Amino acid sequence: MQPINIIHSKAVPLPLPNIDTDQIIPKQFLKRIERTGYGDFLFFDWRRIQEGPSAGELNPDFVLNQPEYQGAEILITERNFGCGSSREHAAWALRQYGFLVVIAPTFADIFSSNAGKNGVLLVRLSEEQVQTLLSRTTVNPEHQLTVSLQDQTVTDTDGFSAHFEVDPFRKYCLLDGLDDIGLTLRHEDQLNTFESKHDKDLWFLPKGGV
Amino acid sequence: MRAPRTLFEKVWEQHVVAEPEGEPALIYIDLHLLHEVTSPQAFDGLRIAGRKLRRPDRHLATVDHNVPTTSAQDRLFIKDQTSAAQVNALRKNCAEFGVEFFDVQDRSQGIVHMIGPELGATKPGMTIVCGDSHTSTHGAFGALAFGIGTSEVEHVMATQTLSQGKAKTFRITVNGHLPFGVTAKDIILEIIGQIGTDGATGYVVEYAGSTIRALSMEGRMTICNMSIEAGARAGMIAPDEITFTYLRGRRFSPRGAAWENAVEHWRTLPSDPGATYDRELQIDATLLAPRVTWGTSPGMVASIEATVPSIEDAKNEAERRSFERALEYMDLKPGTPMEEIKVDAVFLGSCTNSRIEDLRAAAAVVRGCHIARTVRAMVVPGSQAVKRQAEEEGLDTIFKSAGFEWREPGCSMCLGMNPDMLAPGERCASTSNRNFEGRQGRGGRTHLVSPEMAAAAAITGHLTDIRKWKQNNLQPEFAHGGPR
Repeated sequence: MQPINIIHSKAVPLPLPNIDTDQIIPKQFLKRIERTGYGDFLFFDWRRIQEGPSAGELNPDFVLNQPEYQGAEILITERNFGCGSSREHAAWALRQYGFLVVIAPTFADIFSSNAGKNGVLLVRLSEEQVQTLLSRTTVNPEHQLTVSLQDQTVTDTDGFSAHFEVDPFRKYCLLDGLDDIGLTLRHEDQLNTFESKHDKDLWFLPKGGV
Repeated sequence: MRAPRTLFEKVWEQHVVAEPEGEPALIYIDLHLLHEVTSPQAFDGLRIAGRKLRRPDRHLATVDHNVPTTSAQDRLFIKDQTSAAQVNALRKNCAEFGVEFFDVQDRSQGIVHMIGPELGATKPGMTIVCGDSHTSTHGAFGALAFGIGTSEVEHVMATQTLSQGKAKTFRITVNGHLPFGVTAKDIILEIIGQIGTDGATGYVVEYAGSTIRALSMEGRMTICNMSIEAGARAGMIAPDEITFTYLRGRRFSPRGAAWENAVEHWRTLPSDPGATYDRELQIDATLLAPRVTWGTSPGMVASIEATVPSIEDAKNEAERRSFERALEYMDLKPGTPMEEIKVDAVFLGSCTNSRIEDLRAAAAVVRGCHIARTVRAMVVPGSQAVKRQAEEEGLDTIFKSAGFEWREPGCSMCLGMNPDMLAPGERCASTSNRNFEGRQGRGGRTHLVSPEMAAAAAITGHLTDIRKWKQNNLQPEFAHGGPR
């Protein structure tokens, strides 16, 4: 995983609550067995025209397709982002499209975990702060934000400054780009001890010890 | 004396491997269930790093999301090349890494959340994970069960553990006798309607109360299944005699003295009297009416007696925007009575509602009737075991003579990863769990309902209040207890 710390970028506003992972990456792309190549499919059904003679073409009204937002590394949206299906493809699609940060009032549980493991920083700000950022980035697509993971702050040049909370362990992993399995194997002795004791209670085994 | 603990706290404490300072706890995972969609990249990760499965005996795999439901032949030779490749990848990975695999025509194949309980692999007090959000289903047995992403799948494969922050606790107590025509599905839809799709984020929910105690394992699984639709990490129900009766004698249930020891331990799991929760909610079951969703989020739900809400009913600006978008997507006019909403399709299936009890209840509604001419309707049993049992009971004949298609087991139109999809603009009464935009097929419109309500909608061609429907047909005709 690539380390992440200070991101200075314009930001894409997506003012809707409860955006589920089916919207972030529709089901047809879940059939792939690769871990890369999902960026083009991010918000696929919203990015493409669904009906009529232009079906399949890019929808110029959708914010991600507007030229002035190209290259943005920050997405701003509303509460409960990433709800629904556990598909990690949602985090892969966001990261591979180029988003390093998502700002919202709240995020769904499984999505939060998936994002963290793929170098996507989730920044929780208050509803009011998010509304401010949504409106500034809607009015001016070139509006630049600076997100510092080290300092846990979001700032802009118009005086916006907000502190955000992040789990200290998640922060440490993101800053250093650490691999989870390697981290866990530091505890292998404890794991071996636990497992041999646990195995004696046969019913804990999926196959019931039979 | 020890402070009273909740069911969740007991299961959690029995699985803590390490609690490193300043880091989430490392918890042991007893059972990992796999399917074809979220596992290939995890197996690849292991190969790249030269790692093995730490405990192959603690994993079980099946194919469910991609498999066609039309015929055995179609399932063995999947036409869609990407689906076929994904199924083949799982086959090959299970062989290479030594995982027990229930292939497409195996007598134990089925939706992954159906077969864990059916095989007795799901047991009280266990920790169970799967790369699928509806893993919460297994909490009905008093297991701590939750969905994970593919990186975590790989982590469990390599270490048999997960790094997890401890969730907060939320008890939802449902008391009273369920009124006629109201089911477990209506209870969970009501809960999601009340607390919202992020109402339980960060919590493990424990469902308690006399209504829950009176439910069969099938009903309990329906409720725990949709915990994720309220944002919960997991849903749990304390194990009791109904749980033990369900599990006794199943393929992977302990036997003899091991069974006695297990039951003795399981009896210690229910929350202690006086245990406290971070949050509580009470529901009076006697006041419930059948529920139906009208929008594009499971929280957009109302009584079948209600009318389609308007954007004026929204609580705030954000909700107003999502109501507006949902009404447009669903092509509904505010003020329309729910019962007047016509449907083109009916889907009876999914890990929420495709167990034998669900099929029996739906069959009791359609017996002797025929589906409306404007409707296409299908029954997709959740597993081979359910399909066999239903056929033994003659339910397939009831459905087929009523005009339903009788299919092979899989996830099917719950998410349309196989060919079972809605066409753009088609409207469906569905027993599944998500009414998101495009969930059942791009442009498709989903109304989530109970199996009985779906069955009635198939007959009348519109959403229908089951309580008005042939009351006499709904008497329970079959004994409780799932297939084996």
